[in-house]
Amino acid sequence: MPSPDHLYYQDVVLTLKRYWADRGCIIQEPFDAEVGAGTMCPETFLRVLGAKPYRVAYVQPSRRPADGRYGDNPNRLYKHQQLQVILKPSPADVLDLYLGSLEAIGIDLDKHDIKFEEDNWESPTLGAWGVGWQVMLDGLEITQFTYFQQCGGVDLDLIPAELTYGLERLTAFIQNKDSVYDIDWAPGFQYRDVRYNDELQLSVYNFEMADVATLWESFRLHEAEAQRLIEGFKALETPSRRYPLLAAHEQVLKCSNCFNLLDARGAISVTERVGVIQRVRRLAVGVAQAWVVQQQEVVA
Amino acid sequence: MATHQLLLEVGVEEVPDWMLVPAMDHLRGQVAELLKPLGGEVTLAEATTRRLAIIASGLGEREQDQTQIVKGPPLSAPAPAVEGFARKQGVTAADLSQEGGYYQFTKVTPGRAATEILSEKLPAIIMGIPWPKTMLWPGKGGARFIRPIRWLVCLLGDAVVPFAINGVSTGSQTFGHRQLGARTADRKPQAVPVTIESYEAVLEANGVILQAAKRRAKLVEEVGQDNSLVDLHVYLNEWPAAFRGTFDSAYLDLPEEVLVTVMRYHQKYFAVHGEDGKLKPEFIAVMNRKDDPDGLIRHGNERVLRARFNDARFFYEVDQKRSLADRVEDLKAVTFHKEIGNYYEKTLRILALCDDATSKRAALLAKADLTTEMVKEFTELQGMVGGRYAAVQGESPEVSQAIYEQYRPLSMDDAIPASRAGQMVALADKVDTLREMFRIGQIPSGSKDPFALRRAAQGVIRILAEGELVFSLSQLADDDKLREFLLDRVRYYFRDVKGFAYDAVNAVLAAGADGLKDVALRLAAIQAVRQTADFEPVAAAFKRIKNILSKAEFVPSQAIDPALLEAGPEADLHAAFVAVKAGLSGDYGAQLTAIASLRPVVDAFFNGVMVNVDNAAVRQNRLTLLHSILSEFSSVADFSEIVTVN
Repeated sequence: MPSPDHLYYQDVVLTLKRYWADRGCIIQEPFDAEVGAGTMCPETFLRVLGAKPYRVAYVQPSRRPADGRYGDNPNRLYKHQQLQVILKPSPADVLDLYLGSLEAIGIDLDKHDIKFEEDNWESPTLGAWGVGWQVMLDGLEITQFTYFQQCGGVDLDLIPAELTYGLERLTAFIQNKDSVYDIDWAPGFQYRDVRYNDELQLSVYNFEMADVATLWESFRLHEAEAQRLIEGFKALETPSRRYPLLAAHEQVLKCSNCFNLLDARGAISVTERVGVIQRVRRLAVGVAQAWVVQQQEVVA
Repeated sequence: MATHQLLLEVGVEEVPDWMLVPAMDHLRGQVAELLKPLGGEVTLAEATTRRLAIIASGLGEREQDQTQIVKGPPLSAPAPAVEGFARKQGVTAADLSQEGGYYQFTKVTPGRAATEILSEKLPAIIMGIPWPKTMLWPGKGGARFIRPIRWLVCLLGDAVVPFAINGVSTGSQTFGHRQLGARTADRKPQAVPVTIESYEAVLEANGVILQAAKRRAKLVEEVGQDNSLVDLHVYLNEWPAAFRGTFDSAYLDLPEEVLVTVMRYHQKYFAVHGEDGKLKPEFIAVMNRKDDPDGLIRHGNERVLRARFNDARFFYEVDQKRSLADRVEDLKAVTFHKEIGNYYEKTLRILALCDDATSKRAALLAKADLTTEMVKEFTELQGMVGGRYAAVQGESPEVSQAIYEQYRPLSMDDAIPASRAGQMVALADKVDTLREMFRIGQIPSGSKDPFALRRAAQGVIRILAEGELVFSLSQLADDDKLREFLLDRVRYYFRDVKGFAYDAVNAVLAAGADGLKDVALRLAAIQAVRQTADFEPVAAAFKRIKNILSKAEFVPSQAIDPALLEAGPEADLHAAFVAVKAGLSGDYGAQLTAIASLRPVVDAFFNGVMVNVDNAAVRQNRLTLLHSILSEFSSVADFSEIVTVN
């Protein structure tokens, strides 16, 4: 059991996972491809589609190359850890459940100020949007709460609640640290010990060394592969359960990551940007629509 | 008859603060309409972020009975027909009355019970509240609402009015504040029973100040300010309480606008200024609870602000490594519009429009702050950041100020740039945007104005009308559509903003719309002289002259020949014309007064002289006289545009 006096970073993660497991969530492991947000993982992006209830929680390292600061900035990270919780459909007591999770990690809500401030979420590359709040704890945004409405351009049958906890921020708050690098991760280890090299070296790569031509080429290859798979599915006479739409989705994620890297590298002009986002979106929408068709086939 | 009170409370997950007032107005109106036939009146309509509440009083048990006369067969009709009619009405022939030779039946439909009406109508009224952005609840094909409804209270007197929305049924229990309200042993929200009489007090005991006016008064007193940020907190918090925090005064070295923006817009804090008008290292935040005995909330907010200010300081320091002057070239990489080009090109065009060294220098540097980290982070501070940076980088105060002011006026309420160079850069920037957007066909139509060109044009008009610069519209607008677009804003400005009569605006603009300060002077003169007795009759006479000339298809070909003038009214008019013309000087007011003094001779002319006489030479000479009057005296305004009473 974690000590009630000092919760390490890993205690925060473990406690929250336990909390949501006790409330019927499958505890998944992080998706093993680079993503910009936990939302893009199949456990969210594809699971929210269709009429099948689902509850899942997982920590997802999320890469935002442009946010890298070489490990110098106390609050900004190239890669941060999100705890992603999907409750589909959203239960009536969803906000109470959420507040309970904060108390579970030792935040006494009788002594703090909690606010739900309007913050609607939209991902142009995923054709996804929802309405919700940023949850503010004593003026600090600790969670993004979204009632998903559309994913891959498809209206959702059951409105899920998506809770995305910023784990570093939350822990820095609990441990009263001004820098994420000072967070105590585990006894004897701070966040810096675990992640500093990662932040420094990947910032160097993302901003200075990533080869732009290679990235564009990768983007095109992954795009073509995703496109090929989506077209292949459309060409089927009857949608088959064994058709690898999940592989197509992975190709879309690869495209998205190349896009983020190119963006960080300053290789995409404002003019090009919209067009490239459109290309990724087209693929994401293609996968989502095909997925809905395939899942209906499975149920039938 | 005994009357009842009604309580309706819609308990909903946190509604965005800015949507509450219009939603509540709508709900109040709809409920008031529904209650009219019941004699009820809304006495309280209040919204917090988690509830919409209405109390009404004076509701009758049921609505009035409706009586309707159903006309039957004539008295002469055979008995079976009469009985048939009665049966159809569900009565016997004995129940019919006679009127004007016919049988008739007085049908009384009893008014429906209040509960029945409320149960039937309230769900649709609640779900019909128009929200700016809704969600599907509970899912595809279902209803739309702002956020899920979690509880409903509806009481008529002591009785629950039964209805349900998406599985949420009405009851007599509410919920208090999320943290301050009653909670169960395992810290879950505990429903609390209410009556109509106890409603507000029960909420207060459970951490909710129901009335917005009370929340506002509390905040105004605690904060010592009253502005839109107060409004926001009134509707963001069920129990708002202000508290003070501090920050390290070393951060005061950063541009004040940055600090204020972080506090006000990012953190929703009130910035605190001293009596000397300088920013103090303090802030006032608002918490959604009564107090903070251990100072934890203050500590947390101070920590967040420190992190934000650290970010800003980081941006500031990175930005100072390259001056604005060095950044001008970087603007080649910043797209203004994909069909128009980049900001470097825009900079050169703005520069070319500027007319002196100060404004040219400011124009050159004006857009360079778009490449700074600070503006990338705080886009709303564009211009201001550039102005501040210019000052610390050794640019002159005039140049710095012009850069700082270049985006003004940002709205109808905002002032135009105070300095001449600021006006010049702001004008040139807006004119360039308008010209280029019109060139590529991006012309606003209806409600479609994605590049806010109306606002840009309004800025141009205001700078010209209120500032020091002298440019004519035709100098600035290089195509007819743009000129017409600007003229439209000119009319809007003088009519709707400055409040001049529409016909006076038309009259003045018809006499020349190029110099807007001149237009303003001429309008003021007309407004003043219009009150005098002779003005409108003269205006009417001018309109008559214009009609005569146009009907005669008159083309001026020669000067007035005095020899052809008939003694009497015609000669008098000519003499007066020559005299007034010779004496026409001074301000527009004096000119208009002089022109108005023509009234008696003009009247006498039209009463006593026929223009269309057979003698062609005389006729031509008369038309020439009228034409001369019209053209000489229409430089202040085209009087024929003035709408006169008779």
